[in-house]
Amino acid sequence: MARNGQMLSYIILRCSISGLYFMLEVSNLACSRGDHRLFSGLSFALYPGQIMQIQGANGSGKTSLLRTLCGFIMPDEGKISWDGTDVKDLDEDYFAQMIYLGHLNAIKDELSALENLRISAGLSGVELNEKDAISALRRMGLKGRERLPTKVLSQGQRRRVALARLLVNDAALWVLDEPLAALDVGAVALIGELIAEHLAGQGMVIFTTHQPLIVAGMEMRSLSLS
Amino acid sequence: MKKLSLISLFVLVMRRDLVLAMRRRADVLTTLIFFVMVVSLFPLGVGPEMDMLRKMAPGVLWVAALLSSMLSLGRLFSADYLDGTLEQMLLAPQSLSVLVLGKMVSHWMVSGLPLVLLTPVLGLQFDMSAPAIGVLMLGLLLGTPILSMVGAIGAALTLGLRGGGVLLSLLVLPLCIPVLIFGTGAVQAVSSGLNVSAHLSLMGALLVLALAFTPWVTAQALRISME
Repeated sequence: MARNGQMLSYIILRCSISGLYFMLEVSNLACSRGDHRLFSGLSFALYPGQIMQIQGANGSGKTSLLRTLCGFIMPDEGKISWDGTDVKDLDEDYFAQMIYLGHLNAIKDELSALENLRISAGLSGVELNEKDAISALRRMGLKGRERLPTKVLSQGQRRRVALARLLVNDAALWVLDEPLAALDVGAVALIGELIAEHLAGQGMVIFTTHQPLIVAGMEMRSLSLS
Repeated sequence: MKKLSLISLFVLVMRRDLVLAMRRRADVLTTLIFFVMVVSLFPLGVGPEMDMLRKMAPGVLWVAALLSSMLSLGRLFSADYLDGTLEQMLLAPQSLSVLVLGKMVSHWMVSGLPLVLLTPVLGLQFDMSAPAIGVLMLGLLLGTPILSMVGAIGAALTLGLRGGGVLLSLLVLPLCIPVLIFGTGAVQAVSSGLNVSAHLSLMGALLVLALAFTPWVTAQALRISME
């Protein structure tokens, strides 16, 4: 019995340690585009349940920072680690844990909203059946437009199709670049709701926006690039 | 959530590209019409000397196939690059090479396979014999996938460049010379009554080599281009 007790406390300890390290950590990061140094010496850590907004003027490197976090841009200096391991070594295991939504919606005009969502879920490694896809699109306020080619949808509606990916993925880290662009007031509130749910489930969000975003009951951290 | 296996990812990407090609039929048709036009111009331009036409047929068909595949290669990644899908592909938690292979295969089915199927009709214009047409088709069947796969490397490297189309041809065409030589060599061999297995085996070997390495190389080239 004593052994079992020891075992149990050991397991609990291990879990809490791994829980502690399950995070995004950026240390001493520097990035430049061309000859222009965007930022240097940037360090922060993001823990489960936390949300961080990257702030800064146009051209201050917000998008470059997010793209660096995704591995599109190699940092000049510094390290990005996930769960204690350098993301360069994790590669595809890291990609399974994150979802990136950039300026571009990554949807095809010729395909319907439903096809687009199922394909983009497939690319992020999730097999999505039609029923779940439709319910995700309905939640995004696209009821009745699931089977229309996306070229007949408005900018805001296309953005909603792109954002529906957040609903059909269990990635822990959301990297959102201007998620609110082209969205109306109702959709902005919906995104706030989705983010709150994600954070409540121990998710992490890092994002940029020029519009106010209210996430109920969460403390918003912010990072200024200047 | 249910995870997608590598094979279903391959099928997903391939089917997606085929559906897109079917919905943008004009793009596909222009490449095929280009092939038919270039091949048909030769008998008109050279005149009805059967011996000469028969001799030049394999070369003309192969060069036209090379050129028309160059035309379609520019589109292989550019649409995905412009609308951001390529970013998402690079972030796919599974192997990017498998994804790239899916795109290559669908590219071949849309731009290479129709050329193979059109060959018998076009071969008649050059008074080719039935065995020569058969070998030419077999050669194209083995060779056009190589063009799609080697071309994909060039398409990935020239992604987002201005005037990328010309640069792509300059990069890829020299690499396709072996395919051209073995492809036309096989037809010449069968016309002079020789065994064609050597030429076709070498083509097969090139195809296997391309299958093994080009998806990975293309994936690396895409990562470089996206930075």
